[in-house]
Amino acid sequence: MTDATELRRRTQELLRAHPVATTEPTDFLKARFDAGLAWVHYPVGLGGLDAPRSLQPVVDAELEAADAPGNDPRKIGIGLGMAAPTVLGYGTDEQKQRFLRPLWVGEEVWCQLFSEPGAGSDLAALATRAVRDEDSGDWIVNGQKVWTSSAHLARWAILIARTDPDVPKHRGITYFICDMTDPGVEVRPLRQITGEAEFNEVFLTDVRIPDAHRLGAVGDGWKVAQTTLNNERVAIGGARIPREGGMIGPIAQTWRERPELRTHDLHQRLLTLWVEAEVARLTGERLRQQLVAGHPGPEGAGMKLTFARLNQEISGLEVELLGDEGLLYSDWTMRRPDLVDFTGRDAGYRYLRSKGNSIEGGTSEVLLNIVAERVLGLPSEPRNDKDVAWKDLAR
Amino acid sequence: MTDLLYTETEDDLRSAVRSLLSDRADTPSLLARIESDTPYDPQLWKSLATEMGAAGLLVPEELGGQGATHREAAVVLEELGRSVAPVPYLTSAVIATETLLDLAGESADAAELVGALAAGRTVAVLAVPLSAAPGGPVPLTGLTGRVTGVADAAAAQVLLVPTADGLYAVGTSAPGVTVDALTPLDLTRPLAAVTFDGAAGTLLADAAASEAAVRRGLLAGAGLLASEQLGLAEWCLEETVRHTRERHQFNRPVGGFQSLKHRMAQLWLEVVSARAAARNAADALATGDPETALAVAVAQAYCGKVAVHAAEECIQLHGGIGMTWEHPAHLYLKRAKSDAIALGSAGHHRDAVAELVDLRAPAKSMSPRG
Repeated sequence: MTDATELRRRTQELLRAHPVATTEPTDFLKARFDAGLAWVHYPVGLGGLDAPRSLQPVVDAELEAADAPGNDPRKIGIGLGMAAPTVLGYGTDEQKQRFLRPLWVGEEVWCQLFSEPGAGSDLAALATRAVRDEDSGDWIVNGQKVWTSSAHLARWAILIARTDPDVPKHRGITYFICDMTDPGVEVRPLRQITGEAEFNEVFLTDVRIPDAHRLGAVGDGWKVAQTTLNNERVAIGGARIPREGGMIGPIAQTWRERPELRTHDLHQRLLTLWVEAEVARLTGERLRQQLVAGHPGPEGAGMKLTFARLNQEISGLEVELLGDEGLLYSDWTMRRPDLVDFTGRDAGYRYLRSKGNSIEGGTSEVLLNIVAERVLGLPSEPRNDKDVAWKDLAR
Repeated sequence: MTDLLYTETEDDLRSAVRSLLSDRADTPSLLARIESDTPYDPQLWKSLATEMGAAGLLVPEELGGQGATHREAAVVLEELGRSVAPVPYLTSAVIATETLLDLAGESADAAELVGALAAGRTVAVLAVPLSAAPGGPVPLTGLTGRVTGVADAAAAQVLLVPTADGLYAVGTSAPGVTVDALTPLDLTRPLAAVTFDGAAGTLLADAAASEAAVRRGLLAGAGLLASEQLGLAEWCLEETVRHTRERHQFNRPVGGFQSLKHRMAQLWLEVVSARAAARNAADALATGDPETALAVAVAQAYCGKVAVHAAEECIQLHGGIGMTWEHPAHLYLKRAKSDAIALGSAGHHRDAVAELVDLRAPAKSMSPRG
């Protein structure tokens, strides 16, 4: 069993063998991966040591103290949070060896080709087709994906596509790793209400994917995708948030600095939201303490719902508080930001961007259903799509 | 950072209290009792306070208590919130006890009295209206005077009376003391008007020490009331989920309709949040955290609304049965609504938050913009 002491020893050994001052950041990250200190809960040989996930902070703290370079998780979040656990769970040995190291080091950016114009909340209804080419065994993919962050930077994508339209929708999907440099992949920026394009549309025209880049069995794609989507939600709630750490921070600051903006009505609304933001912070902290204690609760399912609502209400109040300045917007220029910062830029941006919080990663309506059914055990609505072949569904 | 989880000891305490309350305070007996002349069940109090030692949780062992903390008392209150049993726990074992603990070092009488409270032999309540908030001015009564809205006075043998001279302990059966039962909205926490007409009492503290002690008592009461509100909300949600899974209309369980599911899921989010807020307040009180006043104000600014919302949803989603006297939902609504006024309203506690985190109100002289 690898314990904290052992991890500290190995981390110090890494730092001695690859001094931070004289090692290229990428080389250091590769060495860290090879030493099993990238994600300690991963298997030996794949960046980990089969250690408990809860011990990762031990390594991180040692490396931070030594000022060691990191892999900037904000830029490779989809790779780390979604692609990696799926490759680990369903990949062949060759796939794990080929993809995980450059993914973690940050040499290869990943994106996710799941949502489609006709398949949002009902993701399993997706229409992108993958057809087997009998001669080569390759898959030929045609269709359109949407809401793809980092598509213009990505080397690889995780992709789900329909391989059998004659069976019910959940059963005819297969999961692939798609080469984003394939000539059939066209990425177009998708401008959104903030004026910028943080996402893309991705058009797939006769994209060729070798069968060696399939993850899981043919027709098992929906099950494989659950691993990806479950990990998307685990990624939330990892870090301790300071008081006023979220959307409430900027408005509280403005309130303190600009007494001329204060009114009684705004004061009561601000205090109500401040209290709710503080309680949400404590709720996140309680969830974190449960995870550390090894007893994760179902509370995580609700955090996104709470934060989406609070972000929207707080940023909306902030625009009102600013009054005349709330009538202005910093800049409508179309641009493609590398990083998304919900609290970045001005109040108007925060207000508009946070509208997406209750839509992206599961709409609040769908998440409420999930809480009701999986946490509270309430029955699901009667469904008429489960036993119908995909090709016969209304669309 | 506060510890927001429950320990194994706390879980064991919860099981014991829950099993006691489900034996002794089921709905039919509760309904029968609250309309009788004796809403309190002395046997239940003896089991809870004395045999289980719950009355002495906040009291150090050397003063005759269990030497536990607000964290454990909060768990007891969660369970009392789940059952809405009429027992003077919040008033005697928390507020009066905490007030006396502040004085026990200086006053032998206070130390002796707190020992009697801890053992469950005596019930004492603070002679202030239930609505008195920890941050507000302490409502003073004289030994000749009247105070109304005093919770659990009818169950008490001793009243702690804040006066301009200091804090007095006055026996409820002493000459010159009259306790008149009022008709409360919440029948599970009886209220009384207390009239003093030249009553005699034991002076426990001078005016300054009295004020500090009463504030401390009310702060602990407000902080732990959040746990009662949490337990109450949790019961309402569980009962509503249970009912809507069983109740069929339109050939389906009504709990399968999205419009109902979403309301219950929303309630669940609120209960989860209330738990974090209530545990934060309980742990802050237990450890003497320098931010205790903020933790209590946040919990009280949040949890009251959750309890009321849960009780209101419980009635609506039960449909007609929720409006009947025989179904206990109304008891929870009445308790929740009273709790929202008790120990300071949410608005009062928001004002406290504004002071504590420097989010000040507009200056009086400043006219609204525009």
